[in-house]
Amino acid sequence: MLDFPRWRVWMLNTLIILGVLFAIPSVLPTHIRAQLAQFVPTPTINLGLDLAGGSHILLEADTSQLAETRLEALEDSVRTAMRRAEPRIAISDVSRANGQLSFTVDSPTQVDAAREALLPLTSNATGGRDWNIGVNDGNRMILTPAGAGDETALDQAMDTAKDVIDRRINALGTLEPTIIRQGDNRIVVQVPGLDDPEALKALIGKTAKLEFKLVDEQADPDQTAQGKARVGSQVLPYPDNPSGLPTIAVRRLGGISGDKLVKADPTFDSQTNEPAVTIQFDSEGGQKFARMTQQNVNKLFAIVLDGQVISAPQIREPIFGGVSQISGSFTTESANALSISLRSGALPVDLKIVEERSVGPDLGADSIRRGILAAVIGTTAILVLMFLVYGRFGMYANFALVINVAMILGVMAFANATLTLPGIAGFVLTIGAAVDANVLINERIREELKRGRRVVQAIEVGYKEASRAIFDANSTNVIAAVLLFIFGSGPIRGFAVVLMIGIVTSVFTAVTITRMWVSRWVKRTRPHELTI
Amino acid sequence: MKLLKVVPDDTNIDFLRWRTWAFGISLLLMVASVGLVASKGLNFGVDFIGGQMIRATFTQSAAAPVTELRETVANLGYGDPTIQRFGAENQVSIRMKLPDGADKNPELANAMATKITDTLKAGHPDIRIDGVDSVSGKVSEELFSKGILALLAAMAGVSIYIWFRFEWQFGVGAIWSLLHDVTLTFGLFALTGWEFDLNIIAALLTIIGYSLNDTVVVYDRIRENLMKFRKMEMASLLNLSVNETLSRTVMTSVSISLPLIVLVLFGPDVIFGFSAAMAFGIVVGTYSSIYQAAPILIWLKVGSHSFVPTDEAGSKAERISEGFDS
Repeated sequence: MLDFPRWRVWMLNTLIILGVLFAIPSVLPTHIRAQLAQFVPTPTINLGLDLAGGSHILLEADTSQLAETRLEALEDSVRTAMRRAEPRIAISDVSRANGQLSFTVDSPTQVDAAREALLPLTSNATGGRDWNIGVNDGNRMILTPAGAGDETALDQAMDTAKDVIDRRINALGTLEPTIIRQGDNRIVVQVPGLDDPEALKALIGKTAKLEFKLVDEQADPDQTAQGKARVGSQVLPYPDNPSGLPTIAVRRLGGISGDKLVKADPTFDSQTNEPAVTIQFDSEGGQKFARMTQQNVNKLFAIVLDGQVISAPQIREPIFGGVSQISGSFTTESANALSISLRSGALPVDLKIVEERSVGPDLGADSIRRGILAAVIGTTAILVLMFLVYGRFGMYANFALVINVAMILGVMAFANATLTLPGIAGFVLTIGAAVDANVLINERIREELKRGRRVVQAIEVGYKEASRAIFDANSTNVIAAVLLFIFGSGPIRGFAVVLMIGIVTSVFTAVTITRMWVSRWVKRTRPHELTI
Repeated sequence: MKLLKVVPDDTNIDFLRWRTWAFGISLLLMVASVGLVASKGLNFGVDFIGGQMIRATFTQSAAAPVTELRETVANLGYGDPTIQRFGAENQVSIRMKLPDGADKNPELANAMATKITDTLKAGHPDIRIDGVDSVSGKVSEELFSKGILALLAAMAGVSIYIWFRFEWQFGVGAIWSLLHDVTLTFGLFALTGWEFDLNIIAALLTIIGYSLNDTVVVYDRIRENLMKFRKMEMASLLNLSVNETLSRTVMTSVSISLPLIVLVLFGPDVIFGFSAAMAFGIVVGTYSSIYQAAPILIWLKVGSHSFVPTDEAGSKAERISEGFDS
């Protein structure tokens, strides 16, 4: 048992070094870390809002209103499709009652044509059905939401909402928000360092503006670079400009507002098979768009979101019918991203705040400072006590404990986890478990020595007998941690995550690592006596 | 070097002699705790009952003017606030019920927070708003039920594990001592009126984890001795096991109490309740392993017939310890 082959020593040492290396960035002062980040990746532990200060907002979507919005959009596109059909299909008695859309096709002979025209409107990008089409009394068409239609719509709306919020908060500048979806209809927004969430809430409430504008191709690039535009033009930021310039000049007039946009989906160009984005305007926007493209073939037009250009494709041909395709140097991902952006003009659902917390930076900083002080004093006390009671073996335990703390931090940094107050409780518990493991081992060795065993044998039996209790104690903690993670909410999960990481590293350092050190010491000195 | 001994060698203290007394007193304390929680109630934070909490520090004052604050805030017409000092004398938390209709219209909650903080800032130039928490009724109900569910699941899960690894009596003993620790901690919070929020649930979980760790260590030694001394009378065997593990118990409790005591004394005020709960739990958890978890085994008739090394059980135990060794 005290035999450690060379490869195992190497493996264990590598693990220790890796763990400690990953922990280093998290304990460095911020400015040094920033410098270091230029050369090597520096994964860091995030501090939770309760420790670092900041704002937390939980938003919940009003789902009842979503179905209504969907129906309205459907009605809009159905009316357009019927009007545009060749020959035109006359409809009347349009109703949105009972969560379904129904209307009468005036001439019963056109029912089949109407159904044909409805097919593309009622199916989704993957070919599934969003709406079922039914016919009553010969010429009354009824569109009812298909099984997964509402869920998909909610899912899509929440994705879009998340993107809208993300975009708006990023417009605030230097903040580093975390925006995640929670459950079916909730979004969590966390902004560290922002202790007054008023600005944030105002931002989430506002409507984004989407516009299509012509690019001013006569603009002088030097002037544009300086932010100066010709009369009738304006300079807008364009972060992804392929020319390398962060800005672009666009014409002030002759644009189309984004509220005329009905749909935007990622797709593939039917000719080149390259990723592209299809957009669809309502009838009024479609006509305007047709005029604009007809007069400006081969020119560039800019897609402007919240005063920022997100893309500037070329008009290849006049576009009639309100449906057009934006193609260019897209990848599948960027086409998807653009279509989300295009959809994210306005929030697709009403979001209301169901939970809001803010912690002032002073309080957070004070908590951290005093928390660290307490941790240092407490840990030092443990280290001193362990040394006084167990001597050499106490020092092994102490080194293991320090490595254990470093490894927990390292794993958390690697996983980009967040340390919160409950997380610190988990920390205390695992450090307790690590200390206890060494106490168990050392006490057992002491006992075995007292029973008259020889040193090497006592150490061997000590580790073996103590391991059983350590195993059982830590197994129960693992079980508890897993159950807490499954059943708990946010803060409790923070506790569970630290506990799970900590149990593994505690057992590893307190049992395996100390045993390696002890075995090397035993091999080197062949002790006949042991003070423990 | 002469090493320090926290506990003298070969102690032979008759712990189990006081088991009936200890059990009676514990039972009494548990009943008192339940009574306190039922009559006085827990001082739930906004996490669990919903509402709004504003934390503030009066940076230039020695103590916060609680009475005046209560009047000022009540005069705003949003109802009576619950105002409490926490940590230092000059720090307060002001808790309000959310205004009617806030579930539908979050602006109302918003307006209330702004109104209160503005009024406070106007009256007290030295006030520093440290945080505002606003939790709707729906979310607080979820947090509460999820917290309790997690607590119960963890307790049940570990007891089942102990039942499998030991005998069913040990599982009962473990869950009983956990129940004991959790109940007394609830009692402490009802008695002191400390705020009970989500962080305290995390503290409770830590107490459960520690208490269980302690119980398992004692149980492990009992199991070992049961297999070793088949003829020994149960009370003496328990005493022997507790005495043999005594120096470990003391050493570990002292080690873990050290940082917690430091946290209570010097730690951030925000987590005072949290640190105090954990420190209390360590003491109670250590006590319950010796005076609850162990004597229960006598009453549940654990004896020489337990852990008879049938081939199956024997080889199973062997395999597990070997697997862990390697």
